[in-house]
Amino acid sequence: MTVLIGQLFTGVSIGAVLLLIALGLALTFGQMGVINMAHGEFIMAGAYTTFVLQQVITAAGWSLLIALPVAFVVAGAMGVLLEILLIRRLYARPLDTLLVTWGVSLILQQLARDIFGSPNVQTRAPELLTGNIALPGGITVANNRLFILALAGGAVVALTVALRVTPLGRRIRAVVQNRDLAAVSGIATARVDRMTFFIGSGLAGIAGVALTLLGPIGPTMGTNLIIDAFLVVVVGGIGQLKGTVIVAFALGVLQASGEYLTTLSVAKVMVFVAIVAFLQWRPQGMFTLRTRSLA
Amino acid sequence: MTTVARDPVTAADPTPPAAKPAAGPSRHRFRAVAGFAFGAALLFAVAPLLLSDFRLSLLAKYLCVAMVAIGIGLAWGRGGMLALGQGVFFGLGGYAMAMHLKLADAGPGNMPDFMLLYGQLDELPLWWRPFASPWFALPATVLLPMAVAFVLGSLVFRRRVRGAYFAILSQALAAAMVILLIGQQGTTGGTNGLTDIQGFFGYDLDDPVNQRMVYFIIAGTLLALLALTRHLMQSRYGELLVAVRDGEERVRFLGYDPATVKLVAYVVAAGMAGLAGALFVPAVGIISPAMIGIVPSIEFVIGVAIGGRATLLGPVLGAVAVAWARTALSERFPGTWTYLQGLLFVVVVAFLPGGLASLVGLLRRGDGERRPGWLRRSRRTEAEAS
Repeated sequence: MTVLIGQLFTGVSIGAVLLLIALGLALTFGQMGVINMAHGEFIMAGAYTTFVLQQVITAAGWSLLIALPVAFVVAGAMGVLLEILLIRRLYARPLDTLLVTWGVSLILQQLARDIFGSPNVQTRAPELLTGNIALPGGITVANNRLFILALAGGAVVALTVALRVTPLGRRIRAVVQNRDLAAVSGIATARVDRMTFFIGSGLAGIAGVALTLLGPIGPTMGTNLIIDAFLVVVVGGIGQLKGTVIVAFALGVLQASGEYLTTLSVAKVMVFVAIVAFLQWRPQGMFTLRTRSLA
Repeated sequence: MTTVARDPVTAADPTPPAAKPAAGPSRHRFRAVAGFAFGAALLFAVAPLLLSDFRLSLLAKYLCVAMVAIGIGLAWGRGGMLALGQGVFFGLGGYAMAMHLKLADAGPGNMPDFMLLYGQLDELPLWWRPFASPWFALPATVLLPMAVAFVLGSLVFRRRVRGAYFAILSQALAAAMVILLIGQQGTTGGTNGLTDIQGFFGYDLDDPVNQRMVYFIIAGTLLALLALTRHLMQSRYGELLVAVRDGEERVRFLGYDPATVKLVAYVVAAGMAGLAGALFVPAVGIISPAMIGIVPSIEFVIGVAIGGRATLLGPVLGAVAVAWARTALSERFPGTWTYLQGLLFVVVVAFLPGGLASLVGLLRRGDGERRPGWLRRSRRTEAEAS
């Protein structure tokens, strides 16, 4: 039983990381149909931001706290720059954005290599987050995993509130539901797109900060995560956040239990097969907005 | 040569037949045959005469990449399926061939050297055994990738999973395959892959003469695949494939089954990638997960994009050019090559989606008016298609 709950928690914490990464993707993919492969490099930017801040502010706790908003802005600004320079021109060809942003991600990776060197770097975790908490029943949970879970939860709540309540959120929902109608209703869709990109990329920066707690920071850290995160978005369905949330945790738990029962490599294949099977049942993902589009 | 490249564009163009250049089918065929003969002369006479043994073996490697590119050109350029996991099929073909060659090197009844090295196994694993026979291994290099593509494709296309969804899935397949190969180190060689392949059906691969023979086999296969693809592209099926790319629902309403049309192109592309992988092994002497994962899979695509995705020769020339540039640059300036590769992706795909082949078209006609159909599509239909 203890083992089971321990595995469940591992799964949930894998899911939390996936969720943090996938939230931003779900936003941009859902609204613009854009596949941003450079999202992984925005994660990397967030992680390196934490690293740089720690060189300046040596108290690990403070630097981590300050890194959260700074990484959000840094990654968000990179996202907006990418949107203005390239993606804006490619809205009519969503598949091509995948290749273009892949090129951008190659360039950003090499930039990171030239600035910070190819070897991985490491940040110090604050004392508070290094230990474990012993729960009744002999279950221990790592503090940093709990922190990431809380961070992911916070991000979902903040994003949900922002989408439901704020004027920007209302505009974003309008554009997602019907871009043309939103445009003729006087919404500056181009500006909304840019803001969505800022928020989505900024969330990647936050995910990068969280990842510094789990492992080393390197130029290619984003590449491995991005595919899993995209799978979450594909299976979750676009246009609504709840699909992303459910699927992120489901895939995390599936991965963890598969890993526990077999090996990491078999677990990955299991997850892939499960996803293809799931898409047989719901090809548009778990939740989707009803549209009349023919495509 | 350029004529062959131009034909598909004309075929893809929905302008009425009256606007086509007044060239009869016989003249088209004559030009194709002439271009084909020219290519054959280049590959079989000029290249072996001019290039050193080392350069020729490099060219053999590039031509293998070009075979994958032909398949991607068919599936992506003509069929609109952005197949980002062609490395999987390349790898299946490569591993099938490498397994046979390793077993042949070890001799009957023996285990390949790396299995003895890791020492986890007492005897040859069951699924390795059939590969000892060339009658199983050789067909498997093509049929195995085609079977995997068939299963995935028929599941996915029938449920109308397409566009970005399909691209992501195919990419995830590559990721899963690599992790599986690395995880099963005892039977697959893990990260190292299957290395140090000595013989090729009794011929010693260290001998430059035999390397030349491998090159000729590869060049011949490439030409055969080109002829096959040209035939496919110009057939009624080829027209249908382009129609599915440009308006899947319309084709469905006309009574065709788009899923089958797409499936054929995807499976053919997978078979080509498998064949390329199988021939890559004797040319290079190694196959490893690093050659088939997400990154190499997407790199197969860049050559196609640069050369011109919807053309016949564009992918081949683009793939060879990119592979050549990589060898030339990455040895001396690895960082510069990465920047350049990134820039190529950005500039070509964003600003020259027809690839360099479209430049040829622009130069010939002196205007940009005759653009392939997918450049003219409205934002709305594209957005909905995704």
